[in-house]
Amino acid sequence: MAEPALAGETLHTTPLHAEHVALGARMVPFAGYDMPVQYPTGILTEHLWTREHAGLFDVSHMGQAALAGPDHETVARALEALVPCDVLNLKPGQQRYSQLLADDGGILDDLMITRPATPEEAGHLYLVVNAGGKEPDYAHIGARLPEGVRLVRGDDRALLALQGPAAEGVVRRMGCAAADLTFMQTGWFEMAGCRVHVSRSGYTGEDGFEISVKDTDAVALWRALLADGAVKPIGLGARDSLRLEAGLCLYGHDIDTLTSPVEAGLTWSIQKRRREEGGFPGAARVQAEIKDGSARVRVGIRPEGRAPAREGATITTPDGREIGVVTSGGFGPTVNGPVAMGYVARENAAVGNEVLLIVRGKPMPAKIASMPFAPHRYKR
Amino acid sequence: MTVRYTKDHEYIRVEGDTGTVGITDYAQSQLGDVVYVELPAIGKAVAKGGEAAVVESVKAASEVYAPVSGEVVEVNSALEGAPGAVNEDPAGNGWFLKIRLSDPSELDALMGEDEYQTYLKSIS
Repeated sequence: MAEPALAGETLHTTPLHAEHVALGARMVPFAGYDMPVQYPTGILTEHLWTREHAGLFDVSHMGQAALAGPDHETVARALEALVPCDVLNLKPGQQRYSQLLADDGGILDDLMITRPATPEEAGHLYLVVNAGGKEPDYAHIGARLPEGVRLVRGDDRALLALQGPAAEGVVRRMGCAAADLTFMQTGWFEMAGCRVHVSRSGYTGEDGFEISVKDTDAVALWRALLADGAVKPIGLGARDSLRLEAGLCLYGHDIDTLTSPVEAGLTWSIQKRRREEGGFPGAARVQAEIKDGSARVRVGIRPEGRAPAREGATITTPDGREIGVVTSGGFGPTVNGPVAMGYVARENAAVGNEVLLIVRGKPMPAKIASMPFAPHRYKR
Repeated sequence: MTVRYTKDHEYIRVEGDTGTVGITDYAQSQLGDVVYVELPAIGKAVAKGGEAAVVESVKAASEVYAPVSGEVVEVNSALEGAPGAVNEDPAGNGWFLKIRLSDPSELDALMGEDEYQTYLKSIS
C-alpha cells in the first residue's frame, strides 16, 4: 500500500472547515485548501445519493469576484477581450460558462460569468473561477482591464452547491423562490434567513443550485440545508466522479494552457457572434479549428473490463500506434463501471472506435464513447 | 497460525508453509470504496516488497506489496465480481492471494499484532 504524500505547506480553510471535521470528513489538501474528500459513508454512497436525492458540497475554495464598471456594455466588452463567449448579450440574471484564453488560444482557466439580475447591479459581472486559478486569474484579468473597470475580489463569500433531483424540493421547502429559477438563471434570494446569490447550475450533471453566501452566514446556511432529510454532505471525491460521469472538464487535467476550447469540445460555449467576430485571445486559432477541425479532440472512453484507466494512461490503436492520452479516468458509480476521457487524434475519435489503454504496462481494450456517461438532468 | 504485518498495511496469515495476504482494516478505511482488484497469475514468483496485486478505490490505484518472497499458489477470484469485500471483511473474505513462502525467516522482520497496533497509533 503506497501512502499519499503529505503536503508541507500551510493550507487555507473555508468557513465550513469545522463543520466538515465535526461530520467526520477525511480532510485532504486540494488547491491549497484543506478540503473534505469524503464523509464517513464514502464516495460511492455519496455519489449515488447525489444522483438520487440531494448532495451538499462546500465549494468555497473557488474564487468569487466581480467586475465593476460604469455600465453593462463597458464591462462586457472588457471581459470579452479575455474570453470567447458572448458576454454582451447576456440577459440580466443569466449565467454562462466560458474560458479565460491565452494569446495562443490555450485555456488559462474555465469560469462562470453572470450578469446580475437587478438594475442596481448594472455594470457588474460576477465571476466564479477555480480555486487554483484564483491568484493568476485575478492578476491576468486585473492587468487587462480598461480604465473605469475594476476587479473586486469576493474573498468574504462562501459557495455551497446543492445538487441532485431533490434539490428543487429542498429549496422550495425552505420557502425560497430560487426554486423557480431555470438552468443558468440567477438572482438574489433569502434562504434560511441569509441573503444569498443563487444560480441554477452546478458541476455534477444533475439539476441543482450554487449558493453564494457571506462567509459569516455560511455555517447557518449549511446547517439549515443539511437539516432537510433529502440532503447529505458530499466531498470532493464524489464531486470528481460525478463531473467525470457528466463529461465535464476538470481544469489542470482535461483542459489546460496546452488545450484549446475547440480541442476540448467546448465550441458550444462560444456563441455565434464571437465565432464570427473574434476579438478574443487566440481567436485566429480557435476560428481556424472551428472551420477545419482540430488535430486532436477530447473524447469519452469506456474500458471494456472492470479495471479503471487513470489520468496519464496512453491510448493506442488496436495495433499499438499511440494516438492520445487519458486526462481523467476512474470508476463511475452510476455507470457501475470504469469511465474515462482523454484526447485522441481526430481521425480516431469516432464513437465506437476500438482503442487500447495502456494500464500498468498492459494493453486494455476500450471503445470511444459518447459523453455524458450519465445523462444531464438540468432544469431547462 | 500467526499473523504478521507490514508498514505498508498488508497482513500475512501463515498456516504451514503458506501465507494468506490481504490489506488491513486500517488500509481499507484509508482507501475508501474498493472498486477493482487486479490479482497476479497463479504460479507467479513474488519478491518481498515487490508488487503482488493492485487495489483501486474510486479515487486512486494502489499497489499491494508481497510481505514475503514466494510463489503465488491461489488468488481470491471472488474479488473480481465483489471487490467491496475488501472493505467489508478485509481480514476474511477480502483476502487477495496465498503465497508459498520461500524463506519463512523473512517473517521475523514483520510486525506482530501488538507491534502493528502501536505502529498505527504512531502514524495517526
